[in-house]
Amino acid sequence: MTKEQLLKIRKKASEKLLMSKLPHAYRVAIGMATCGVTAGAQPVYDEFVAEVKKRHLNDVFVASVGCVGECALEPLVEVTDNQGVVTTYCKVKPEDVEKIIENHLVNGRIVEDLLPSKFKKGGSSDANARQGRIALRNCGIINPEDLEEYIARDGYLALAKALTEMTPEGVIEEVKKSNLRGRGGGGFPTGLKWSLAARNKGGQHYLICNADEGDPGAFMDRSVLEGDPFGVIEAMTIAGYAISASQGYIYVRAEYPLAVTRINKAIEKAYEVGLLGDNIFGSGFHFDLETRLGAGAFVCGEETALMASIEGERGLPRNKPPFPADEGLWKKPTIINNVETFANIAPIILKGADWFNTIGTEKSRGTKVFALGGKINNTGLLEIPMGTTLREVIYDIGGGIPNGRAFKAVQTGGPSGGCLTAQHLDTPIEYDTLVNLGSMMGSGGMIVMDDTNCMVDVARFFLEFTVDESCGKCIPCREGTKRMLELLEKITKGKADLKDLQTLEDLANSIKDSALCGLGQTAPNPVLSTLNNFRDEYLAHVVDKKCPAGVCKDLIQYYITDKCIGCGRCKRGCPVGAITGENKKIHVIDHNICIKCGACKVACPVGAIITA
Amino acid sequence: MKLVKITINNKTLEVPSDWTIMQAADSANIEIPRLCFVKDINETSACRICVVEIEGIKSLKNSCTVKVADGMKVKTNTERVKKAVRNNLELLAANHHFECWRCPREHNCEFLHLLRRYNVPNEMGEDPFHERKAVISNITDALVLDSSKCILCGRCISACEKLAGTAVLNFNERGFVTFVGPAMNHPLDDAGCIYCGKCIQYCPTGALKEKDDVDLVLDLLEKGEHFVVVQTAPAVRAALGEEFNYEIGTNVEGKMFRALHDLGFNDITDTNFAADVTILEEGHEFVERLKKHLANEPTPLPMFTSCSPGWIRYIEIYYPEFLDHLSTCKSPQQMQGALIKHYYAKKLNIPVEKIRVVSIMPCIAKKAEAKLPQMEVDGIRDVDYVLTTRELARMIKRRGIDFHKLEPLTPSSPMASYTGAGAIFGATGGVMEAALRTVKEQLENKPFDLTALAGLRGVDDGIKEVEVEVTGLKLTVAVVHGTKNVPEMLRRVKENPGKYVFIEIMACTGGCVNGGGQPVISADTLSRIDVRSERSKALYDIDDHAKTRKSHENKEVKNLYDTFLKHPGSHLSHHLLHTSYKARSFYTKDPVK
Repeated sequence: MTKEQLLKIRKKASEKLLMSKLPHAYRVAIGMATCGVTAGAQPVYDEFVAEVKKRHLNDVFVASVGCVGECALEPLVEVTDNQGVVTTYCKVKPEDVEKIIENHLVNGRIVEDLLPSKFKKGGSSDANARQGRIALRNCGIINPEDLEEYIARDGYLALAKALTEMTPEGVIEEVKKSNLRGRGGGGFPTGLKWSLAARNKGGQHYLICNADEGDPGAFMDRSVLEGDPFGVIEAMTIAGYAISASQGYIYVRAEYPLAVTRINKAIEKAYEVGLLGDNIFGSGFHFDLETRLGAGAFVCGEETALMASIEGERGLPRNKPPFPADEGLWKKPTIINNVETFANIAPIILKGADWFNTIGTEKSRGTKVFALGGKINNTGLLEIPMGTTLREVIYDIGGGIPNGRAFKAVQTGGPSGGCLTAQHLDTPIEYDTLVNLGSMMGSGGMIVMDDTNCMVDVARFFLEFTVDESCGKCIPCREGTKRMLELLEKITKGKADLKDLQTLEDLANSIKDSALCGLGQTAPNPVLSTLNNFRDEYLAHVVDKKCPAGVCKDLIQYYITDKCIGCGRCKRGCPVGAITGENKKIHVIDHNICIKCGACKVACPVGAIITA
Repeated sequence: MKLVKITINNKTLEVPSDWTIMQAADSANIEIPRLCFVKDINETSACRICVVEIEGIKSLKNSCTVKVADGMKVKTNTERVKKAVRNNLELLAANHHFECWRCPREHNCEFLHLLRRYNVPNEMGEDPFHERKAVISNITDALVLDSSKCILCGRCISACEKLAGTAVLNFNERGFVTFVGPAMNHPLDDAGCIYCGKCIQYCPTGALKEKDDVDLVLDLLEKGEHFVVVQTAPAVRAALGEEFNYEIGTNVEGKMFRALHDLGFNDITDTNFAADVTILEEGHEFVERLKKHLANEPTPLPMFTSCSPGWIRYIEIYYPEFLDHLSTCKSPQQMQGALIKHYYAKKLNIPVEKIRVVSIMPCIAKKAEAKLPQMEVDGIRDVDYVLTTRELARMIKRRGIDFHKLEPLTPSSPMASYTGAGAIFGATGGVMEAALRTVKEQLENKPFDLTALAGLRGVDDGIKEVEVEVTGLKLTVAVVHGTKNVPEMLRRVKENPGKYVFIEIMACTGGCVNGGGQPVISADTLSRIDVRSERSKALYDIDDHAKTRKSHENKEVKNLYDTFLKHPGSHLSHHLLHTSYKARSFYTKDPVK
């Protein structure tokens, strides 16, 4: 493909995508990423295709697109007219399809009761939230399997520019100037990283895309790969050119079957039209790309373990230095970037570093994608400019905490990160501020907790994850996290004393200081950070043998207060017959029988059952 | 190499820029503790015991693989470093099965040594003395893997891969439940293991060990129902002393024999005798094959030696297509056993059923060899018990014998007589050298000048090739030590048909002196001293001072042939001293659940 051909395709495809020559046309985009499919988007899509065909609606284009973002409202259907006006329908069921077609597509009347406002519990309008997206620019808009739609949205213009107008050094310089930092967690300057590999002249270089996303509750990379695979492939080709790597690998976990399928299809398509392989855009540059599937070990997201895994070895990390840029895959200079980092590259090359530098804060440029989950009204995927405050994310975009409960903390950076509390709500989200607060940006998982979450229990949960996922190579991580978990379990059972608390803290610091890889060094973070911010809660468990949040079973009792209306629902809900009481009289729980399952509390219609 | 300036604990050093911090510290006698690191073998930076503080780097760094850099400031003795080391040791201790008094490494456990040095408390975990479950794999006749003592340093895994070339062991599972074993936990006897014992030699604890038969032999001696004849392999005397703090490479032959006497063995013989017999049998076999070859008759040349049971198991498993190249001679251990039972017994006038043969070997594979079904004659086992050098030492210690005070003893048995040629069997190249001394002299019918054989000794090259002239013919022989080097040798054999006539192959690098049954040397010492060379020196020293240095000049061996076997390769020789081989496969059984 030449640049002229690309521009020709772009013109045609753009007309098609915008329906600019079809005044009465509609585009019906259905979110079909894993989130959408899980919520039931497939039958909705099928119904649209069938119904449009049945009615011979030749000006209605039904498209399967990636993640739209508002995961809580899936299946999502977006109807766009040829003026670009978008209407979003939420929680669409197959039986709603006829209604949408009849009212909206045929008669131009919006179906009010499927609009987001009917479902959302606060938070800004979806359309606003999607302004200024970079990494997710195409997610939820184009059909990820359609190269022409990608090209219609400026796809491959950046690669054409890089290969035909820029030198490899020029590309690296532009990325350096953009101040883009790695989106995988550490925040290392991307341009600098590239220049370290490029510095090693001659010989084979490798490029790897780290798509081994493994933090609990994080799905940013999956959404990018499912929604815009060509964006990653184009960026990797640009990076390959910059560091003179002729071979790239996308290391993606096998648990992401849809992402794997889409990326493989996209690679195949790119080869077909000459956007991968020999002599891309007539520049003489050659780039091969293939996917490698990870078997699901969390540690394989650590770059050296990931490389060992690609080499066919057991996925164990090795010491750094030497860094991959000097000695990486098969001991050759290698650059590993995360999916989201790559997703930023094409816009930077196309629009320039100066444009990128207008977004975000001085030390953290651009945007960041987060997967917002936990105790939050609008769970989902969002891309926000760096510097946005936690308050804006949680209340303005996320719509606040469900059931009017109080915000307690947010965990960022997954099992390697830490928690931030109410006093940090106005902190701008940047790499360095988060690290200074004892957490980290991480890859973008953001789990919100309210006052019903016990922070000791939260730390225990993350430690359990790390113990399970530790590769077992180094002593501090293999043996130490296990002992930390034991101590945390002791605390949640009310069997620990102050000495145990001290041991826990010492152990945490020692592991952080001496573990081999990033996973081990950051494994104690959830404990250290909760100890730092919620020491009172630990002390309550250790000294008073109480769990203030009412989570740790061994430390709580269920009581029925005098709010009880004697309806008997708790009695019927109790699986062990621990509740007695006459009709319309206050019921009582026998603590000798009670197994603290909480079923009574759920069953009570008046909130008369409390824990203490 | 460029020199760089670094400071360690405020001491300024100038060292080559490709050195590691540990190398630099070692050179300045600044002690850095270590556990998983073995130079060139295991450099995985896993254990985090050798951590140091480097100015400007946030976390502690392992000194074993991190290279020095100009201006680097390192601290090895800060509270922070000590705390990390102690913490990591305590974590290991919390998951170790302490029963040190029953552990073969009681006296030289690298882990225990560190626990002592750092005065490590053992208060973590619910059961600090028995936390780690004992997953004992003792399915083989030779090797035992006891996971409860394993600290997961990975040294055995690397040794298996890099020295034996077999890569039988690796980590299974992950995290806290990681354990070392064959792939997917296949039983060890079905996993391609050749029982060379490199894993044992590199284990810092007692997780890998021989199958201990000390109790059986002590019982045998105590009961007194049998006439117990012992035999000692050439390499044992060169290493046994190390167990009693003698310098590496001290020959303790006389004390060893006295100890065996004091332990109550009824008769003491020396495997060196059978080594001399081997030379005659194997030499004869070689000459026969060479003659056929020269007459253009088809015959499997090169001939491979068959003294090393680890090598035999290796070729049976990995290269069975070469089995007909093996000499049919039994190993000296088995020859000695068969001769004790069928020749010496008559001389002693003791019924063969009364006799038990115990052999002291530097080897793990010998234990399995002695149990092979074909290692018997007329239903009588050649060898009944095999103890390693380490087990002999343990026996001596358990009996409270003060080794240092023992008066040397020279055994009187004719089967203890040997030549210098028999003695050097224990070092790589020794069998070839001994064989050529005899073969050349016999073929050329004139005295052979011993200095003529250069290039067969030494441990630096894994494969040594030497051209020798015999009756005017130029013949290429080769010496291989370490099964890791076998594939390369066999490649050369395949690619150069007719080039090689005779190849000595030993499973262990350095030969039997470095066998898997020899005293275990700490990784730290291994990095400073080439144990293989030191122990070999003791054997070559015996040879240098021997009155007779050619196997065919051993009077007792001559006597054996004159009065019993008649001549090498005779019908009786074949009946007693030769054997057969079979191809083996592995991963045939189901994994252990």
